[in-house]
Amino acid sequence: MYFFDPHIHIASRTTDDLERMARSGCVAVGEPAFWMGYDRASAESFYDYFRQLTEWEPKRTANYGIRHYSWIGINAKEAENTAFAKEVIALLPEFLDKPEVLGVGEIGLHKCTKNEVATLLELIDLALGRGEQMLFHTPHLEDKYKGTRMILDLLRADPRVDRSRVCIDHCEEHTVRLALDEGFWAGITLYPLTKATPERTVDMVETYGAERILVNSSADWGPSDPLAVTAFIHAMRRRGYADSFIRRIVYDNPLAFFNQSRGFTFTPPA
Amino acid sequence: MIFIGPAFEELNMSQTITAPKVFDREFLGVRARLIELGAALDRIERAAGFTGGDPRSEKIRHAIEILLGGAADKAEQIQLLFSLPYEENWRK
Repeated sequence: MYFFDPHIHIASRTTDDLERMARSGCVAVGEPAFWMGYDRASAESFYDYFRQLTEWEPKRTANYGIRHYSWIGINAKEAENTAFAKEVIALLPEFLDKPEVLGVGEIGLHKCTKNEVATLLELIDLALGRGEQMLFHTPHLEDKYKGTRMILDLLRADPRVDRSRVCIDHCEEHTVRLALDEGFWAGITLYPLTKATPERTVDMVETYGAERILVNSSADWGPSDPLAVTAFIHAMRRRGYADSFIRRIVYDNPLAFFNQSRGFTFTPPA
Repeated sequence: MIFIGPAFEELNMSQTITAPKVFDREFLGVRARLIELGAALDRIERAAGFTGGDPRSEKIRHAIEILLGGAADKAEQIQLLFSLPYEENWRK
């Protein structure tokens, strides 16, 4: 089955992974800018990273027939130093204008500090001022519920926000309803320990429906699986769902969400 | 408020597969995870210096109580148990 992985960190994956993804039916990926596992020393490092996401990774995935789209932003983990964050934010417009860039992301909260919120508000303002889509990272583990509620508070307070063009990512059982109830897209990340499993993701689809759900691997440099979306497909099949239904979640949904970005062009596979 | 519920007009598993069949599918996995849980708790309790006073122990006990209850949202309740509280007026 053809599928999108709407959130994966290709920069952290090998070409062997890309080949396995392509052989498994992956036709397109969304790669948000994120924390690469270490704090960058200067805004110039971000500049090079954004070039990697917008120039190099699309070529690398194209070798395997996978279309590559990116999100540009500064992650919450490196947003605590607001002066540094401002330097990085000043770089964003140049890259947001590039083809195949979907919008501002992944942005959000990590430990939910005042400084993180200050940077996030600047990023939201930049995105809304430019009419960009937004992809939100929600915090890990014990911080997730609180951070998700705080992000939703910020978005609710800004009348410019078009909720149909915003994804609240890394949702789990206690946050997915919050995002969907307010009209946002909800990303569900398949991680072996710290986020959702394929079976729990199917449970969430059964409980809350499949509209505006984006299932992703968020595969990166840590414990994660670039074929996680196929594990979800398999879990859906085991419960008796038809491929035509599963495809609507793993292909049609991300296609619809991505298609709202002006930088998105896509020719469906024959 | 936007309506949330099973969509795409397809029936969900609970409507198409009977409970005994779901039980058959899940039983060995649940059994294995319970044994793993028991073994992990044994491991913690027999380690040097264990006093039972770690607040995480209380959370685990509470989570097990949630499992024993009859609520239909046990996974969500356990998620909330392991979450920091949200304060409505955090912006002030």
